[in-house]
Amino acid sequence: MGLFGKHKVEQLGGALTDQLRKDLTPEEVDALDPDLFTPAKYDAAAAERTAYSNYSYWRATFRVFWNNKLARVLIIFLAAILIFTFIQPYLPNQNDPITILYDESDNLLKNLKPGEQGFLFGTNDLGQDLWSRIWFGTRTSLFIGFVVALSQCVIGVTMGIIWGYVRKLDRIFTEIYNIVDNVPRTIILILISYILRPSMSTMIISMCIVGWLPMARLIRNQIIIIRDRDYNLASRCLGSSTWRIMVRNLLPYLISVIMLQVALAVPTAITDEVFLTYIGLGLPLDTPSLGTLIIKGRSLISSSSLMYQLVIPCVALSVVTVCFYIIGNAFADAADPKNHVN
Amino acid sequence: METLKYILKRLAMAVLSLFIITTIIFLLLRMMPIEGYLGAGYEKMSAETIENSLRNLGLLDPIHVQLKNFYVNLFHGDLGTSWIYRPKVPITEILAPKIPISLTLGALAMLLALVVGIPLGVVMSRFKGKWPDKLGTGFIVLLNAVPVVVFYLFIQIYGSKALGVSMLFNKNDVSTWILPIICLSLGNIANYAMWMRRYMVDQLNSDYVKLAMAKGVSRRDIMYKHVFRNAFVPMVQLLPSSLLLTIMGSIYVESLFSIPGMGGLLIDVIKRQDNTMVQALVLIYACMGILGLLLGDLLMAVVDPRIKLSKQGGAR
Repeated sequence: MGLFGKHKVEQLGGALTDQLRKDLTPEEVDALDPDLFTPAKYDAAAAERTAYSNYSYWRATFRVFWNNKLARVLIIFLAAILIFTFIQPYLPNQNDPITILYDESDNLLKNLKPGEQGFLFGTNDLGQDLWSRIWFGTRTSLFIGFVVALSQCVIGVTMGIIWGYVRKLDRIFTEIYNIVDNVPRTIILILISYILRPSMSTMIISMCIVGWLPMARLIRNQIIIIRDRDYNLASRCLGSSTWRIMVRNLLPYLISVIMLQVALAVPTAITDEVFLTYIGLGLPLDTPSLGTLIIKGRSLISSSSLMYQLVIPCVALSVVTVCFYIIGNAFADAADPKNHVN
Repeated sequence: METLKYILKRLAMAVLSLFIITTIIFLLLRMMPIEGYLGAGYEKMSAETIENSLRNLGLLDPIHVQLKNFYVNLFHGDLGTSWIYRPKVPITEILAPKIPISLTLGALAMLLALVVGIPLGVVMSRFKGKWPDKLGTGFIVLLNAVPVVVFYLFIQIYGSKALGVSMLFNKNDVSTWILPIICLSLGNIANYAMWMRRYMVDQLNSDYVKLAMAKGVSRRDIMYKHVFRNAFVPMVQLLPSSLLLTIMGSIYVESLFSIPGMGGLLIDVIKRQDNTMVQALVLIYACMGILGLLLGDLLMAVVDPRIKLSKQGGAR
């Protein structure tokens, strides 16, 4: 009780008693809890406490995201697809995607319509089960998509932060970017895949080479915006190393931008895989991926009864890319603090 | 004066990047699979024959000599000769009939995109929040999210059935031009509509429109005399990227409809591993990209001096 003198407290107590006598009847005064009239203990921590808001960036982001009905449905759907691609081979009664199937009397089970003889999506012209091929292909394509998106993200973010934060490098990097940016990305993609002979790893490498630069550019622009804010200045004055500022002060601010980029990089990579396979620089045609399945289906377009072999992989491809696209955009909206006020 | 200075600077920049890109591509292409220079029967050749034919092609020279020869030939308009696609025929001769087809197709597609995309955007902004807007937004999202191959294939298959035209392209039959042009323009239609709507809405929300409304100017006049004109100017910025989109789309579309243009040729020669042809085509496409962006930037500088010239490195 050092802060106020004892005299002051007694004065205050007297005034309160007078006021209560005036307002309340004696019975009501007796009914009051005596605790109300003992002085509160002084708590240093409580005295320091300032106005407090219950706002948490991530909680608000997820709340806004979750309130978007379409995004909520799609993310559950996408998660279900993801899980199913992994457990599908272990389910009972699944055919191997590569094995050529014969019936009991050794006839080739080729070009069966969807649903015929228990084949959910039918079989292709070689007699392979289209259902398991679609799931295998989706798995391959998603694998490519995720690997490309993650490596692009790692390379792009690292380079972007260095580019934006280290002023001496900015000039050189920007010039390089301006030159490379002039060339259509598809051309670079074709060029690199052509030089490095087609294979899965070539495709992933070429997509990463094409993809990291725009990502780095985006990160760089964000970094330039926040680089000279006061908290970074303060941090530098207090002696934080450049590395620490980049990782601890700048990176957390960028998480939402990065997540959006990753979400959009997955469908782009899957689409590029189809393109590269189509021009003959992708996977070999006997490895099922959404690209190879579509290319194989396309060779049958002249016969309308076999159209399902093209339509099914096309639908699978579209479903996956649309999911990622819409979820990515919904997340970007949710990550924008302007949308956190309701 | 400012504009002129900018144009000159931009030109110099384009020439420089043209040079650097060409050199890089040339050097990268030296690493191409070697069988692309030898043609069929590569496995059976003896080491001596391989070395001889490579020497004849000048591929065993030191790299700077090769580069010099390449540039000298380039300035004489010589892109080399094809090896596998059409053996011993100069590439310029192969390309000559193909370039006009690709250009006509691309130009028509961009025109269609403008004619459809911009009115679509205007209608969407006019009925903002009502069903035309929602329908248009759905269309745009779908076009952006679904891979282009899927569209192209479905337009080819069902479009040809619906219109009763052939699935494949025929230069002399105008009806077969329709589907490829629609395919090529789709991406740009979505882009134009999306941005036109956004710019229109921005303008509609600005104060001068409110003032005009308060003064009692008719809605029609506000829309067409003020809002539309102001919203149209920033659309020029989209030109370079839509040009690139058309060029890229043409690679797919030309091959799908077997159009005898450059895009289809590129895929053909890649599949046959004709190195000199790949080199020439990749260079041409890269140059088209650079020139397209240059053209767009110059046009932008001329059309709207208000657009800040110094931000050329910024997001397009």
